[in-house]
Amino acid sequence: MSDTDVEPDGRGARFHAVILLGGILFGFGLGVSRMARPEVVLDFLQLQDLGLLFVMGGAAVVSALTFYIGTNVLDRTAPLTGRAYTRRVREMDRNVLVGGTVFGVGWGLSGICPGAAYASVGIGNWPILWAIGGMFLGAYAQGLARSKLAERTAGSEVAGAD
Amino acid sequence: MPPWLAAYFPDGVVGYAVGGVFIGLGVAAIYFGTGIIAGASTFLESTLSYASRLPRFNRGKYLASRDWRVTFTAGIIIGAAVYALTLGPGGWTTQVQPWRLLAGGFLVGVGTRLGKGCTSGHGVCGVGSVSGTSITNVATFMVVAIGTAQVALALGVSP
Repeated sequence: MSDTDVEPDGRGARFHAVILLGGILFGFGLGVSRMARPEVVLDFLQLQDLGLLFVMGGAAVVSALTFYIGTNVLDRTAPLTGRAYTRRVREMDRNVLVGGTVFGVGWGLSGICPGAAYASVGIGNWPILWAIGGMFLGAYAQGLARSKLAERTAGSEVAGAD
Repeated sequence: MPPWLAAYFPDGVVGYAVGGVFIGLGVAAIYFGTGIIAGASTFLESTLSYASRLPRFNRGKYLASRDWRVTFTAGIIIGAAVYALTLGPGGWTTQVQPWRLLAGGFLVGVGTRLGKGCTSGHGVCGVGSVSGTSITNVATFMVVAIGTAQVALALGVSP
């Protein structure tokens, strides 16, 4: 299975401390880069300030270096979990395009994405709660719709077996 | 930077790039410590497992990771608060209208779960992994988002 980032393996205080530290650096970066500000993202999408390219570029260079070192230089597993160092590779299918398109409309309309929205809470931007509420509703609706779809498919298969 | 290019970077590029490097360092800290490649959007589904009995949200991978995803998200909030109180302008609120935030958020929630990631999962970690799937997803949402923002601008939706 390609979802290698979802199984936590080790838990406990040290594990959570590292996750928390990573989250703090991540959120600090979203603040410094001003991505927690929907107006700045919208300025990018309206092609008035292309700085966002450098945010994504700067972050991707560091993560590329990180994954390169993890998979090619460090010949061992992560100290806190025993998990092997891997790269993030997801299967390609139609949902990647459909999801990307729906995400793009939402991002273009609002200027918010999940990480930046959480960071915005830390800056005291309470109207962002509308966006976070919307994201949870969207994720729930998506899950509900896919469950119903799966049920219907399973149902018709059973019917077909008669 | 030539003037024609500088016009596209009214706030320079250093602050943006430095912020991006910190985002990458956050990913690196978690990766080297735990081997986990952290994205921000799975938090939505894994957190729904606390409140919903829908089997889709209660799959093993969400139940197993929902606790650390809460920790990760708390860290993001704390990190941004540290920025706001030190280098940043203190607190501020967005002028973007609530209906845009709510409707846009809804579509982001659907799209990120359907498309297996968001700007951090695909855009930072996936692109950093040179994953064709992620590069395709990022190219798709970039083009669509720019188009959407241009249409909104043309229709006079502001802010």
